[in-house]
Amino acid sequence: MSTSLVRATLLAGAALIGTGWVQAYAWEPTKPIEFIATAGPGGGTDNLARVVQSAITKNKLLDQPIVVSNKGGGSGAEGYVYGKSQSGDPYKVIFGTSNAWTQPLVSKVSFKHTDLTPIAAVASDEFLLWVKQDAPFKTAKDYVEAAKSGDFKMAGAQSKDTDETLTRMIEKAAGIKLTYVPFKSGSEAAVQLAGGHVTSHVNNPSESIGQWRGGTQRPLCVFNSKRLPEGPKITATESWHDIPTCVESGLNVPLYNQPRTIWLPGGVTPEQVAYYVDLLKKVQQTPEWKEYIERSSQTSEFVTGDAFKAFMNEDFERNKKVAAEQGWLVSN
Amino acid sequence: MENISELMHGFEVALTVQHIGLMLVGVLLGILVGVLPGLGAPNGVSLLLPLTFGMQPVSAIILLSSMYWGALFGGSVTSILFNIPGEPSSVATTFDGYPMARDGHPTKALATAFGSAAFGALVGVVLITLLASWVAKAALQFGPAEYFAVYFLAFASFIGMGGSPPAKTLVSLSIGFALAAVGMDTVSGSVRLTMGVDELVKGVSFVVAVMGLFGIGELLLAVEDESASIKGVASKVEWREVFRTLAGLPRHGWALLRSAAIGCWMGITPGGPTAASFMSYGVAKRFSPRRANFGRGEQEGIVAPETADHAAGTSALLPMLALGIPGSATAAVMMGGLMIWGLNPGPMLFIEQKDFVWGLIASMYLGNVVALALVLLTVPIFAAMMRIPFYIITPLILIVITVGAYSVSNSYLDVVLMMGFGVLGYLFKKLHYPLAPLVLAMVIGDKAEDAFRQSMLISKGSLGVFFSNGLVTTLMGIGFVFLALPILGQIRARRTETRPAL
Repeated sequence: MSTSLVRATLLAGAALIGTGWVQAYAWEPTKPIEFIATAGPGGGTDNLARVVQSAITKNKLLDQPIVVSNKGGGSGAEGYVYGKSQSGDPYKVIFGTSNAWTQPLVSKVSFKHTDLTPIAAVASDEFLLWVKQDAPFKTAKDYVEAAKSGDFKMAGAQSKDTDETLTRMIEKAAGIKLTYVPFKSGSEAAVQLAGGHVTSHVNNPSESIGQWRGGTQRPLCVFNSKRLPEGPKITATESWHDIPTCVESGLNVPLYNQPRTIWLPGGVTPEQVAYYVDLLKKVQQTPEWKEYIERSSQTSEFVTGDAFKAFMNEDFERNKKVAAEQGWLVSN
Repeated sequence: MENISELMHGFEVALTVQHIGLMLVGVLLGILVGVLPGLGAPNGVSLLLPLTFGMQPVSAIILLSSMYWGALFGGSVTSILFNIPGEPSSVATTFDGYPMARDGHPTKALATAFGSAAFGALVGVVLITLLASWVAKAALQFGPAEYFAVYFLAFASFIGMGGSPPAKTLVSLSIGFALAAVGMDTVSGSVRLTMGVDELVKGVSFVVAVMGLFGIGELLLAVEDESASIKGVASKVEWREVFRTLAGLPRHGWALLRSAAIGCWMGITPGGPTAASFMSYGVAKRFSPRRANFGRGEQEGIVAPETADHAAGTSALLPMLALGIPGSATAAVMMGGLMIWGLNPGPMLFIEQKDFVWGLIASMYLGNVVALALVLLTVPIFAAMMRIPFYIITPLILIVITVGAYSVSNSYLDVVLMMGFGVLGYLFKKLHYPLAPLVLAMVIGDKAEDAFRQSMLISKGSLGVFFSNGLVTTLMGIGFVFLALPILGQIRARRTETRPAL
């Protein structure tokens, strides 16, 4: 036995003792991994990528370094197009939302979600209807009644994306007309609402929790079939659980949420997919993950394989319907 | 003066051996990423972010913000020495910084830039300390119409001052707008001007364009001009020169104060550091008695953009902390960090996380002092780089720019684009087209467009929205005055010319 071999064996042994347990994988990463957030820094998708990175790093779930890079150009198309171009490379993990399949419906982008390999949907983010703190409406019903005047402005992130789709669903359900004003991000929309430049927005909880606590805006209702889970008080008197569902509150949009999705490029092997599915399952057991879910008031879920594909098809059809009604569909 | 006692408490938090050490490390790393074009503060901070996961939030933010200060300072170095802006916000520094360095005064140019930058940053921090809550409220007054008015004003104050023939300015401006329009459009959600190139959906990176237009363009020109380029500039490396320059800065007191005011205002509203530096340069040129000397190495032409850049960069952190809206790309990365450390940016941060907020503010004072001391120490070293002969430094610069262009978003297309922009920059210079309007249109063109169209949506198509309240009317009014001034000046000049003939 040469000395270098001895040293290698010793090192490997030490590594095994260090991790405490051994698990054999058909495939394991042997070089650094790049996490691609299909959004700019600071947004929900970027946050997810960085939380997963921090959970893996802190809990030593992987001994390769991870780099997060933001490719948020073109409402995330930059990241997906990049993913498509990296076919067969299992060292690129793409973090996105449902826009992986909704964006190609409404914009002339050069990718389809079938160009990528789905790993899992790991969380689902809620939407709420927010108004300015001192607005006269107390319930979604008040809001709908007042909106019949026709000069309500709904701010949202991006155009023909989730926020605008939801806005159009609200219009249809309530028989009202809203002026949709697209901004670059949900946080910009929130600031515009705080300044009174628009009437409402449909931000995710994490995008507006700061403003709710700070008393500049408040949620009227949540677009879900049931109330959000019990949790700590956010303001002096209310927790997320105290916010009624939109149906309860007089606005008949029963369910709308946004899955947080994770992908590999196309052309990777089933072993590589299995490795990441397993890695992400472990991430969901970490305290960092639990803290993230609670802080951002999302619902933790783990949908992978055929279930993920079925969910994707269902959501695809739902969005396609709205897009067709609005005349947004493009032929790619 | 509750804020003052809070600040004192903040200094207690920030003034520990560990935190001073973090500042030193952060600033040094920052200078490094700032000096290397293409890397820049946002990339640097985002690379460093994972290291902070295990830290206390206040230590983490001190490290990251120190890196930000270092990068802001470092970004000016290549602009001045090689005409390559490391960051969009240091483009305006090249206008006078590079000519001054080329004429044999790199030490003076660098010291001027660092000195005024530090002053700008200081004013920004003082503003945050004293007026945090008031400023946060003022920022809320800005809706789409007001944003558009701010961008309009930035255009007007820079373009209105003229210098080049109006037709050429217009051509340059239009090319800039066209480049800004490439990629996904926020308001309509459709993809524009990608000409079948998939990757262009992300738009044309501004940093890539600037490195090509200025850096490569300048190299091409220099290759042509044999006489100037064979040997390096014989610059003296003198410590005394650094101090003499710093001691002389108060002579530009008025320019410093005015530029700091412009910077703070643009940082908060958020027009951003780039718009601030251009606007400040434009205003300085208009009001300076030595107007004709601008663009040829005038000291005030360095003071104005640098002061405004740093004042804006510093005050951009305030909307992030107070409102959760980042005023710059780097602030956006840091905001991502805040959430991972378990803090929610927003109005409650000032109440619930006093240690964090005031520790950060105190570290801004200290971090900038540390950064200034470190960069001043490096001035002679950087200035000495000007003495390296052209045939050695040129290939090095080319390599650094190429790597820089690639590292912006790990894209080969960017390298090709950068080379293309180099040729464009060369042609512009040869044909005497101004580059600055193109750059300005590229940086704030799409923001101005978004703001205009958002305003139109809100007002249902009425232009009256730009005169609907005192704030927006005032901004638009000042903008029109700036636009009209050169025309009025020309009319007056013509009158005085024609009068004797009558």
